[in-house]
Amino acid sequence: MKRYSVFAIAKEALNYHMGWEKAWASPEPKKQYDAIIVGAGGHGLATAYYLGKNHGITNVAIIEKGWLGGGNTGRNTTIIRSNYLQDPSAAIYEKARSLYETMSQDLNYNVMFSPRGVMMLAQTHHEVRGYMRTAHANALQGVTTEFISPARVKELCPILNIDGPRYPVLGALWQARGGTGRHDAVAWGYARACSAMGMDIIQQCEVTGVRSEGGVVKGVETTKGFIGCTKLGVVVAGHSGQLAEMAGFRLPIEAVALQALVSEPVKPCMDVVVMANTVHGYMSQSDKGEMVIGGGTDGFNNYTQRGSFHHIEETLRALVETFPMISRLKMLRQWGGIVDMTGDRSPIISKTPLGNCFFNCGWGTGGFKAIPGSGWAMAELMAKGEPGALAEAFNMWRFKEGQFIDESVAAGVAH
Amino acid sequence: MLILECPYCGVKACETELSPGYEAHLKRFGPGSTDAEFEDYMFARKNPKGVHFERWRHTYGCGKWFLAARDTNTLEVFGTYPAQSSAPPEDLQAKIKAKRPDWKGYK
Repeated sequence: MKRYSVFAIAKEALNYHMGWEKAWASPEPKKQYDAIIVGAGGHGLATAYYLGKNHGITNVAIIEKGWLGGGNTGRNTTIIRSNYLQDPSAAIYEKARSLYETMSQDLNYNVMFSPRGVMMLAQTHHEVRGYMRTAHANALQGVTTEFISPARVKELCPILNIDGPRYPVLGALWQARGGTGRHDAVAWGYARACSAMGMDIIQQCEVTGVRSEGGVVKGVETTKGFIGCTKLGVVVAGHSGQLAEMAGFRLPIEAVALQALVSEPVKPCMDVVVMANTVHGYMSQSDKGEMVIGGGTDGFNNYTQRGSFHHIEETLRALVETFPMISRLKMLRQWGGIVDMTGDRSPIISKTPLGNCFFNCGWGTGGFKAIPGSGWAMAELMAKGEPGALAEAFNMWRFKEGQFIDESVAAGVAH
Repeated sequence: MLILECPYCGVKACETELSPGYEAHLKRFGPGSTDAEFEDYMFARKNPKGVHFERWRHTYGCGKWFLAARDTNTLEVFGTYPAQSSAPPEDLQAKIKAKRPDWKGYK
């Protein structure tokens, strides 16, 4: 792998930019691998990357039905934060956020991590109490957040209307080190690094079955034939239920659509991320100037990557009071992703009833921000066969035991 | 826009008039059930990509719960039926089978 650097650009400039090599190879699958990862999204690629980097396992295939990063990794609002209430969540999301800080250097690929600050508005007294509690919890967890006043909110984001009659801003939970990243670059950077370690990224190859004998996975049936493996990691977000069915068990997961949209590009007007959970909307401005807006999930099972129009309308209608300027913005594009929602709105990084098969799923509406932490924890689980400190609480048997990591209550909203 | 016909009042209601209630025909086991059965009832879901039976409520209409058969992969609606049914009606199952020959049937 040729390193990207200012010198490489200068050298290529003299060469009419004809000497750049492909960022990753597209090989045909081998017959057998030490580990197969199903799903070449951010989480799958990060899992493969840390398998190689942290645990020295590089005979790895990453199998992808479509193209890499084409699922939810390419369909989110790129927000990165770690201000969660529960200890296990704060630990894994903070790990992820801290890895984002050095990811561009680590991967030699610019993921455009922009720690511009994330603000979660408190617009009811209930939220004020909730976020004060979260700020205290974060202090104990070593996550730097603070509860700020309405005046400070207005100072940080002048386009906000803090005196709305229905949803006045009463304060906010502020994480200065949160922000946004370039979602595609995260997938591409990991893919390039995996390929450089000798891993095979196999795109346009759908897994159609899981072959197991006596409770041990032998490999996967795919549209490119049978591929054998010693360990199987399934990291497929919305389609986790399908893969679990192939493997012969059920998951506590429902697949629903989550939508986002962007406006026409405008001049720079907000340099922070604002989340307004009472009205179920969040907004930031992309480097191109588009206002990136996300809302809540649809409430029914859906695999179509299209959501209901009225949810977009609800999100925008509610946001107009808080951001009066968006009332005259034209919305350019809208898209939906299929998110895997668990009963407690926390992910599953877990062993399964099959001894050498591991699942990483259930990230629901909060997956992008977790990519490096999720990959780190999943790689440890796959390499050692036992979860490390980050993954332990996220096992799939917590539902049976009643040991929920209840973030749906903590956030009061899809997060 | 999803449109479901309420089996009680006969109104063809669009989804803004309805509230979704996820999987239908969940069986609640009695006090003597095992932990696994109760976990299944509480959390394990079929979540199929294809034919699915689910609960809906005609919230801004008659207010009653009903059941619907729908394809989660195409958003096609096969039909609706009353919530008092313990399994999808035979004629509805036949209709789905005719449209989706690969469907493995209601389990």
